[in-house]
Amino acid sequence: MTGEHVIHARDLNVYYGQLHVLKDITVAIPRSKITAIIGPSGCGKSTLLRSFNRLLETMDNVRLAGSVRLGPQDVYAPGVDVTLIRKKMGLLAQRPFPLPMSIYENVAFGPRLHGIRNRRALDRLVEDNLQLTGLWSEVRDRLHTPAVELSIGQQQRLCLARGLAVEPEVILADEPTSALDPQSSRRIEECFRHLKDRYSIVMVTHILRQARRLADYILFLYMGELVEHGPAEQMFNAPRRELTREYVQGVIS
Amino acid sequence: MLRWRQWQERIGRHLLQGITLGCVLLAGLMILGLLLKSWPLLQEQNLWSMLVSRDWRPHRGEFGYFPFLAGTLWVTGGAMLLAVPLALLTATYLSEYASHRVCTLFKPLIDLLAGIPSVVYGVWGVLTIVPLVKNEVAPWFGRFTSGYCILSASLVLAVMTLPVIIHVSLEVMQAVPRELRESALSLGATRWQTVKKVVLRKALPGLLAANVLGFARAFGETMAVIMVAGNVARVPGSIFDPAYPLPALIANNYGEMMSVPRYDAALMLAALLLLGVVLGFSVLSRLVLQRLQRRWR
Repeated sequence: MTGEHVIHARDLNVYYGQLHVLKDITVAIPRSKITAIIGPSGCGKSTLLRSFNRLLETMDNVRLAGSVRLGPQDVYAPGVDVTLIRKKMGLLAQRPFPLPMSIYENVAFGPRLHGIRNRRALDRLVEDNLQLTGLWSEVRDRLHTPAVELSIGQQQRLCLARGLAVEPEVILADEPTSALDPQSSRRIEECFRHLKDRYSIVMVTHILRQARRLADYILFLYMGELVEHGPAEQMFNAPRRELTREYVQGVIS
Repeated sequence: MLRWRQWQERIGRHLLQGITLGCVLLAGLMILGLLLKSWPLLQEQNLWSMLVSRDWRPHRGEFGYFPFLAGTLWVTGGAMLLAVPLALLTATYLSEYASHRVCTLFKPLIDLLAGIPSVVYGVWGVLTIVPLVKNEVAPWFGRFTSGYCILSASLVLAVMTLPVIIHVSLEVMQAVPRELRESALSLGATRWQTVKKVVLRKALPGLLAANVLGFARAFGETMAVIMVAGNVARVPGSIFDPAYPLPALIANNYGEMMSVPRYDAALMLAALLLLGVVLGFSVLSRLVLQRLQRRWR
């Protein structure tokens, strides 16, 4: 599948009960790039991310209007298989949440769900995806030990490998380094740089310097509104809106 | 001023320590008391042969506990067989599928069930369950029963145990972080796959504890069981036979026929057995738990 953009959101509105958290978001996410969603906390960054893979609807009292497309596929079309939609968009959470099983089983979990039973195929998938996140050499001797015995940084890379194992098109990352030490954060960032040729990455971050280091494209959200979006270069050096300029310069936060 | 605060601190600390120690000591003293009281019997007769003997003839000095142990196990086992799957499915529904509103509506209702006095359950058993088993269930299987039997006792006990298991299981499942569910969902798992492979697995130690709690409640329950189990000191052959569980034996007979030699000691030993089984079970489940946790976590 080609095309310049991977995700299209149109007139997206989200309400938590009476609270209007996302207001008329219309935006296209570029393919094979790292897109950063920035903005002060509580501005709707995570909500936007979760509206892409329909995780919002697992919560009570959420109402969503508007449309999201993944490539040509309408994500919210009636009758669409939500599990297949979610499979195409891997999620990396703020803190690592390894599943209560071994390292091997964590990576094999997704492929098994989707019907891969062959032991050798699974072995191969586990090795490949652990290689991709640089974890293979660290864990190859203890693949069958519980995943929670890894360090936090390793756990987060395991969670990334677990998401990659179902071959998504997009990686959604919600402040993926906020619980990690600087060294582990850097390794995640390195992974992202390597992975962006094959995957489109959308990450929420509240660290401006991280957005500067990594992002090709920036969305700036403020109080539920998409204030401005554009290539990182332009957003940081020549923003069109005054609010964006103040935020990227750290005048407001 | 400062000195007084330090004294307060010190007194408070020791007081709390003493109270805690006292509680633990009380349990120990109870076990010791039961042991001392049943000691005369234990000296005269072999414990194992009493456990496996079927003859309960106190006047002849024959104290065979097997009918009572078997009765207790039948009744409790039946109750758990009925209660555990229902309780786990209910807890799963409330925690994973029901909306927040439904859950907050049902939770107090279920807790209400746990608060009903056991004698009320007993009366309900006599008035409703016993005739139901006698007139409907047993004939359907082509059997005759008075209705005062293992099945009736198990049904009543199951209803009593349900709220306990549901309550604890629900707490345990709701404590599983929502991000863990999201992890599985975002890999393309259905909700049921998420529940089965992630939530239940993560919650397993707690669920095991919930069921042990339920078991202990059913095993030691006296009042409701006395009223519906039939209380015949014979080893039951089917669920339509009457049973005489240990707690019923103790409650029915303590204080009577005390002139019979060793009768007192025999009932104390029954109490000790009851306590021992419940303790043994919780120790066993703890061991199982540790093994499982080492494997999964």
